[in-house]
Amino acid sequence: MDMITRRWTLVLLMASLLGLAPARAQDKFIVMASTTSTEQSGLFGHLLPLFKQATGIDVRVVAVGTGQALDIARRGDADVVFVHDTAAEEKFVAEGHSVKRQPVMYNDFVLVGPASDPAKVKGNDIAAALAKLHGTTAVFISRGDKSGTHAAELRLWKAAGIDLATGKPAGYRECGCGMGPALNMGSSLNAYVFTDRGTWLSFKNRGDLVVLVEGDKRLFNQYGVMVVNPAKHPNVKSALAQQFADWVVSKAGQDAIASYKIGGQQLFFPNADR
Amino acid sequence: MNSITDSVLLAAQLISRADPELWRIVGLSLRVSTTACAIGAGIGLCLGAWLAVARFPGHGVAIWLVNSLLSLPSVVVGLLVYLLLSRSGPLGELGVLFTPTAMVVAQSILVVPLIAALSRRLVLNGLRDGGDQLRSLGAGPFQSALLMLVHERFGVLTVLLTAFGRAVAEVGAVMIVGGNIEGFTRVMTTAIALETSKGDLPLALALGLVLLGVVGVVNLVVIAMQGRTSLEREVYV
Amino acid sequence: MSSTLLPPVVEPAAAANADGRAAAAASTLLELTQVGVRFGQVQALQGIDLVLRRGDRLALVGANGSGKTTLLRVLHGLVPFVGQRRVLSIANGRTPVTAMLFQRPFLLSLSARFNVLLGLWLRGVPRDRRQDRCERALRRVGLQALAARPARALSGGQQQRLALARAWALEPDILLLDEPTASLDPSAKREVERLIEALAADGVTVVMSTHNLGQAKRLATRVAYLDAGRLVVDLPVDRFFNEALPSEAARFLRGELAWT
Repeated sequence: MDMITRRWTLVLLMASLLGLAPARAQDKFIVMASTTSTEQSGLFGHLLPLFKQATGIDVRVVAVGTGQALDIARRGDADVVFVHDTAAEEKFVAEGHSVKRQPVMYNDFVLVGPASDPAKVKGNDIAAALAKLHGTTAVFISRGDKSGTHAAELRLWKAAGIDLATGKPAGYRECGCGMGPALNMGSSLNAYVFTDRGTWLSFKNRGDLVVLVEGDKRLFNQYGVMVVNPAKHPNVKSALAQQFADWVVSKAGQDAIASYKIGGQQLFFPNADR
Repeated sequence: MNSITDSVLLAAQLISRADPELWRIVGLSLRVSTTACAIGAGIGLCLGAWLAVARFPGHGVAIWLVNSLLSLPSVVVGLLVYLLLSRSGPLGELGVLFTPTAMVVAQSILVVPLIAALSRRLVLNGLRDGGDQLRSLGAGPFQSALLMLVHERFGVLTVLLTAFGRAVAEVGAVMIVGGNIEGFTRVMTTAIALETSKGDLPLALALGLVLLGVVGVVNLVVIAMQGRTSLEREVYV
Repeated sequence: MSSTLLPPVVEPAAAANADGRAAAAASTLLELTQVGVRFGQVQALQGIDLVLRRGDRLALVGANGSGKTTLLRVLHGLVPFVGQRRVLSIANGRTPVTAMLFQRPFLLSLSARFNVLLGLWLRGVPRDRRQDRCERALRRVGLQALAARPARALSGGQQQRLALARAWALEPDILLLDEPTASLDPSAKREVERLIEALAADGVTVVMSTHNLGQAKRLATRVAYLDAGRLVVDLPVDRFFNEALPSEAARFLRGELAWT
């Protein structure tokens, strides 16, 4: 059956041409599990090329929620983790999945809301602001997705003395979504949203929203880097991953972080020496 | 309404500017999905042909299974393949997670039931017309089934196009097993999901229009190929 | 209608003496003994005794549903049956090759030539012989000019000729035909009959079911009449049309003859 064999040869030829098996000489690379908000802030686009220049190592970023990032690392599918949930990170180390956690930088959260500020929360005390919000019917959008941002938001409600389990504010809405969609929702509903500054600065669809609460120390969002423990996962490229961890806390890395700006504003503040 | 006009203009801009990042993403989408369909075709067509003629205990269950898997959500396939290819999983040693290879694997699994179920239907229809005569010519059951696929090759092409559509349009599987790594495993659908989650809706829509355009071009090419040969079939003496 | 309890009227085509019987036995190709076929609740064939000899040109006649098609299939070995079916080997100890033609031939959506090659391939004809036999068969039926055309684009008569070419290429010993000209116009019908005659002249044993008694008269050496699954009459052609037959057969003849 010449026609049939011809067909099959064609198919196989095409399949191989389509590069199913590249097998080129691979550059050095590591897989980094990080969060969507960090990637979307554009930091990696600025930072990683500098790292590659310095060391020749490619960093492949898998950007997901904090919970998923840590889970990926726990399975040994990533070489290094870069997230912003100190409590979860310390638990990660305690479980033996990493040998050490190193602080790298912080950015901050802000509370944005309608310029008219019906709940009168403007200021630099987040706990007071949330307490005031609780007493009103103003709409508040929460991510509700167990991300680092969501975890920080929940901690701040507690700091304000409010137990969400027993009494949510009347206008509390959980969207189970990422930062962008939450801001979109806030913009269309003219609601209050708890967001990280990075996403806010890149967010184009602001509508009537402005920053109302900022500067409170409790709003600082601390980032940490952890190399996955090769003792638990022998496949991890620990040497290369360690180079990344060392570089990002070194002067070169810290300067690189500080130099990243959106619209002239610095987003991340290096604090590795702390 | 503004978003849509913005998006159309943006899409046109992206295409005319020949944005290299965009073409890399489009290229990867096409490569992953066509490879997955090629693999899916190899397995699915044989499976469909076999299911059409095989008689063994539990053969009804096999058919029910294939038909049910048609509606398998892509995100579930992604999750299963992820667990399979993860370092902590059985095939972790292969180290293909978060690479295009993993994406091809996931999409192949996604399209095999589709191709098998639809090609089985094609074979059964064909055998109803000519199964007896092929048998009288000396063809065994599996041979007859494969000959029916050759006979109904335009139907097979439609099946493969359908599979391609399913593969290129899905986001759940490739997101989980590929990781949406910029410059490496980002495809059209994951890029659209990303821009949507960033709140950049015009760009997301523009990318969507580009994806539609690409799929449209693929279909045009296939119709053109079909058109040339089908013209001969129109000549009835 | 099928209440006949008379034994079937059968006679061998050769002379009925000891030598004749031996000669007849020597040229036997296929033997059916008390064969019955059942499809679900329907008894399609019952108590069939039939001997097929080399060089026979057997016409099967009977009403629709009388079992003609099923009998052809049993001869080919396509359907399960009860009873005995013996296929005797020929000259050099090989089994007779059987090919079958259907009322509407099933042709693949490929070229005419390819359809003939397919038949050769399925029968395991070695590659170097295939091309040659294919071309000769196509020439025989006069379709060489159309060999590259899509088989489905041919006319009804041409398609049936193609089916004949497909069968011919296999160099069959037995050719079974199921109402091969029923859906053809008169000129196509004549073409196909001519080819069947040529095949029979080549030495192929032919068994053909037909509605057309004129066709049976023209082509057959032997005619068998089936009624509700039973073989009621089996006589040489001249005797079939000139002698007194059992009542149903006679009635059928009168009815059919009115239409030929």
